[in-house]
Amino acid sequence: MMEAISERAAKQFDVENVRRDFSVLERKINGHALCYLDNAATSQRPKAVVDAVVESLTWSNANIHRAIHTLGYEATVAYEEAHKKVARFINAKSWREIVFVRNATEALNLVAGSWGAANLRAGDEVVVTIMEHHSNIVPWQLLAARLGFELKFIPVTPDGILDLDAAAKLITRKTKLVGAVHASNVLGAINPVEKLREMARSVGARFLLDGAQSIPHMAVDVRALDCDFFAASGHKMCGPTGIGFLYAKKELLDGMPPFLGGGDMIATVTTNGSTWNELPWKFEAGTSAVAEGIGMGAAVDYLSNIGMNSLFEYERELGGYVLEKLRALPYVTLYGHKRGESLAVFSLNVEGVHPHDGANLLDRLGIAVRSGHHCAQPLMNVLGMDNTLRASFYFYNTREEADRLVHALGELKRVFDR
Amino acid sequence: MTDDAFKSDLLDVDPLMMDILLDHYKHPRNFGELDGANVVYEEGNPSCGDQLKIMAKTKDGVIEDIKFVGKGCIISQAAASILTDLVKGEKLERVRDLTKDEMLENIGIPIGPMRLKCALLALKVLKAGVYGQASWPGEEE
Repeated sequence: MMEAISERAAKQFDVENVRRDFSVLERKINGHALCYLDNAATSQRPKAVVDAVVESLTWSNANIHRAIHTLGYEATVAYEEAHKKVARFINAKSWREIVFVRNATEALNLVAGSWGAANLRAGDEVVVTIMEHHSNIVPWQLLAARLGFELKFIPVTPDGILDLDAAAKLITRKTKLVGAVHASNVLGAINPVEKLREMARSVGARFLLDGAQSIPHMAVDVRALDCDFFAASGHKMCGPTGIGFLYAKKELLDGMPPFLGGGDMIATVTTNGSTWNELPWKFEAGTSAVAEGIGMGAAVDYLSNIGMNSLFEYERELGGYVLEKLRALPYVTLYGHKRGESLAVFSLNVEGVHPHDGANLLDRLGIAVRSGHHCAQPLMNVLGMDNTLRASFYFYNTREEADRLVHALGELKRVFDR
Repeated sequence: MTDDAFKSDLLDVDPLMMDILLDHYKHPRNFGELDGANVVYEEGNPSCGDQLKIMAKTKDGVIEDIKFVGKGCIISQAAASILTDLVKGEKLERVRDLTKDEMLENIGIPIGPMRLKCALLALKVLKAGVYGQASWPGEEE
């Protein structure tokens, strides 16, 4: 295993080469070359993904699992193949453990709405982290209001990392599910999920990972992680919007009731009731986002071809460079990045500059960053953050772009200091 | 890329207007709580976290005193400072007749589509407070 990793990491990563796959990077914004640093919100899409979507739409379009004709066969095969690509990408045991959904949010709602509704009752507890995106909080809150179980939050230390001592006390025999964001969309922190999994296992609880931020940047092996559920969005990993996936262990999916009812998810329907289709179709009711699903398969191919380990190494080096530069700016408050491993995601504030104004003026320099609360208000509250600017890098970003960001932050400070 | 290139771009809004806006932001006029106000209205902008409360004392259809408290970006907060200055001592009809365009003109720098909500928050809050008119006539919600 280790040999395989170092071998792949050694594969030459050429940023100029990959940049050519993204035509948007040739754009000028307000007279400046686009510097796209909003990748935690959504990534850009390489030509290979766009081509796969266009081919599906213009050459092989048909409804899947219904049509006898040639186009129907082609679309069905390509859509199933996309499930298989995702399964290989995350080392799932079977492609039938991959359910295509709209996005990670829908995947998490599926877990709550199907597994949660069938397995949770008053007296039970669901434990998630305070770092969660709203998508791994609100579905549980909605369900808790119906079923009467309790939702508890693992806090963070002032350093912005998960408080594992507190987690050990919160996770008890009452806990039926432990859910955690694999990597934080605000702080970039890569969470020690193996430790949380051990705590979950020791009390017989299920273990769920929100991988929306992790899977675009690092190799994910669901069998090594030994998680019960893993949720992801295609659009953050070079794929189209409107498509994502839920991984769940087959024995769990077998036991779970359907989430949505309708076409394609049934085996038989009578006026007395229905029986369910085989996995994963049992959970994919209605006509699927076929072209988008095929596009996500192409995204996985694209990332695999680069190699997730060499991609991770490149970003780690780039992130280290950015971190050093940002730390040297006395008027910049940087959140997180104090201990533990992090992605190249930087939430920060420039003294005297409201993040909204900051993002606006950075855009005038062609630099796209996010401003706001990043759909993680509970975390922002405990860390005493109001709004922040967030610069999130991806493998097609360069040191030169990092320099432009750092320079522009200085300009912001100067403009508001006048 | 030189420093000058950056500077000219950041300030391709009229530097004078930018200075005026910054001054309103850093030294807001009519800032603070207003005791005995008969008009109080507060609203936020959830997407960017701008918050604004406007308080006014009116008598015989005239705004005798007006203050605001709030936090947020330069556009939203400077706009509140500018607007309160504009209507203080004026008749309520002035508030009713104040248009979006006049508000934007008073802000004085070009406002892009993504910042319109920030720029018009103060006017919206004031109109809602005075006339219960929380949305713009003819505006699609």
